[in-house]
Amino acid sequence: MCLAIPGKIVEIDKDKDHGIVDYGDGTKRKVNITLVDVKIGDYVLVHAGFAIQIIDEKEALETLDLFREIISNSEES
Amino acid sequence: MFHLRDKKLADEIVSKIKKFDVNLKFMHVCGTHQDTLVKHGLDSLFYDCGIKIGQGPGCPVCVTTPKEIEEMLLLAKKGKIVATFGDMIRVPGLKKSLQSMKEEGFDVRTVYGVEDAVDVALKNPKKDVVFMAVGFETTTPMTASVLTDNPPGNFSILCCHRVIPPALKAILDMGELKLDGFIEPGHVSTIIGLKKYEFISKKYNIPQVIAGFEPIDLLMAVWMLVVQVQKGEAKVENEYFRAVNYEGNVKAKNVINEVFEVCDLNWRGFPVIPQSGLKLREKFRIYDARELFEDDLEELKDIKFDGPKGCLCGEVLRGLISSKECPLFGTKCNPENPIGPCMVSSEGSCNIEFRYLNY
Repeated sequence: MCLAIPGKIVEIDKDKDHGIVDYGDGTKRKVNITLVDVKIGDYVLVHAGFAIQIIDEKEALETLDLFREIISNSEES
Repeated sequence: MFHLRDKKLADEIVSKIKKFDVNLKFMHVCGTHQDTLVKHGLDSLFYDCGIKIGQGPGCPVCVTTPKEIEEMLLLAKKGKIVATFGDMIRVPGLKKSLQSMKEEGFDVRTVYGVEDAVDVALKNPKKDVVFMAVGFETTTPMTASVLTDNPPGNFSILCCHRVIPPALKAILDMGELKLDGFIEPGHVSTIIGLKKYEFISKKYNIPQVIAGFEPIDLLMAVWMLVVQVQKGEAKVENEYFRAVNYEGNVKAKNVINEVFEVCDLNWRGFPVIPQSGLKLREKFRIYDARELFEDDLEELKDIKFDGPKGCLCGEVLRGLISSKECPLFGTKCNPENPIGPCMVSSEGSCNIEFRYLNY
């Protein structure tokens, strides 16, 4: 139930309450965006029809590198 | 969407965990974590490293009490349109489930989210529509958000929302098992941030790591917990930094606080857990199905409800036994014919165990 799927905001409705999220597999869905301050191009986590948090794209892309760094630093400590 | 798989790194983390040569027990409280652990064989991999990881009360459908189920069944019987999530509909009550009532012709709707339930109310203005609002902090902001948006007068909720940190405290206070660390739920944490967990580490001297849902996330989280244990530390760390920040989602927290206040509440398998439930604030009680339909629900008022006979979901949810240790598991209780909610919900540990391990 707490499953949340990452997707990219590709449209924002005129009412600013909803937007279209592209899940990257050809699926696009309308989601409520009132709980986050988003702009087109942002990545969000979607749960039960609502965007609940913005995913930091830079940190997501660098996650594995950061893990590698943490793990290798642990050897030195 | 983001590629987070790297076998070499995964092997490296496992080898580092193995080197510690530990004998530890961790608990997580999230069905999606359990899914990742079992689906990818991480639970047995960790077991080989001397680490047992059990699922606690981290499945909202599973911890919903028999009484709450009966309330919903009774409201359906009294002619309301009842709407809730798919998993909830199949949870057995004393004699029936919402699914079986639907098959009998009562108006039960499966919805993807609370906004869909509001749509049902808008399309059926002459009928009362009750949404069974289950879920932890991840889901509560949605319910709160629609209630602040002036939903139609024929819409109400049967509030079954719960909050996670008091349940963690309850697990430790009950003292039934010795735990060496908590893996905290990533998506609950996107909303509440880190602060709400801090008192647990301080008071009980127990490490906690907030984790994401990729296999590499859980490997890292477990390694981080083991490192804390080895160093004698007890703090809240955030492995899921790409989606969780210290403050959480302030907008979501504000709307929860606007609509709900905390209350003491029963969880399936637990005694009343102080401050673990949510109830509607006075201003929003016009949407409270328990107040609106008090007369309809009167017959349930003083009844004490037990779970299904022989079902050990309570023990599973308190982390005392694994699903396989329940005598009903895989025999009388299976996903086709579930006895308890842990076998119904796709986030329940019994359902996950059954699905992936080919029973």
